[in-house]
Amino acid sequence: MLNPDSVGRTFHGAKPVSVTQSEISAFAEVIGESDFSVAPPTFSIRITLEQSQAILSDPEVGLDWSRVVHGDQKFEIHRPIVAGDVFETSATIESHKVLAGNEIVTVRSDLHSKGDLVLSSWSTLVVRA
Amino acid sequence: MTEVGEVIAERVFWIDREMLKRYADASGDQNPIHQDEAFAKSVGLPDVIAHGMLTMALVGKYVSDWGGGSKSVKEFSARFVKPVIVPAGEKVDLTVSAVVSELVEGGARLTISATSKGVKVLGMAKALVAF
Repeated sequence: MLNPDSVGRTFHGAKPVSVTQSEISAFAEVIGESDFSVAPPTFSIRITLEQSQAILSDPEVGLDWSRVVHGDQKFEIHRPIVAGDVFETSATIESHKVLAGNEIVTVRSDLHSKGDLVLSSWSTLVVRA
Repeated sequence: MTEVGEVIAERVFWIDREMLKRYADASGDQNPIHQDEAFAKSVGLPDVIAHGMLTMALVGKYVSDWGGGSKSVKEFSARFVKPVIVPAGEKVDLTVSAVVSELVEGGARLTISATSKGVKVLGMAKALVAF
């Protein structure tokens, strides 16, 4: 069970995350996108989901990631991600509730570049009872 | 000229195990429920399932193509209501369609439908597209 004290907390990534052209191209190729000049709209999940896993699995936060399923997902994209971007990352546990024994956690992840917010992503994760 | 109620042409994406492997590598999500049939069944799934985020990425391609490229998508959200089940050796459909639900300054909001084998796989799927 998630530690209730962690709701509302913001966690900052330990080091900046760089985006390479080969990462964008590989992601685009899978979905049949031939324009590799900007990242596809959902590309940032590659950065944010792993970070959410690290934060939520921390013993102090206490979520059991092995039983997590992705409930829903939202993106607000202020500008497209491009190769060479370097992001400061942060993630905030916005809400946590228990419904019929399932834990439902919403994490907002923000990617900033040079002080500007480039993208926010909300992942709602369900921990199956 | 785009109008509220405009129906965007349906499109079918085909998903197979090879695509799941490629998406796993491209996204970093190597959860075995998306690649290993025995593992998927051991945790109560009917078979290997597609990553929900692969489904969403393909729907994102559909929206991008309508909007004029990846850069046109400003907001995008969906709920994962049912998995896309991907048996070995099969190509399963992801059938996507959308309707223009609202016009906003410089863009439009879409309400999107996504099904596989006739089963709705995404709920509340919406996008804001800038022209």
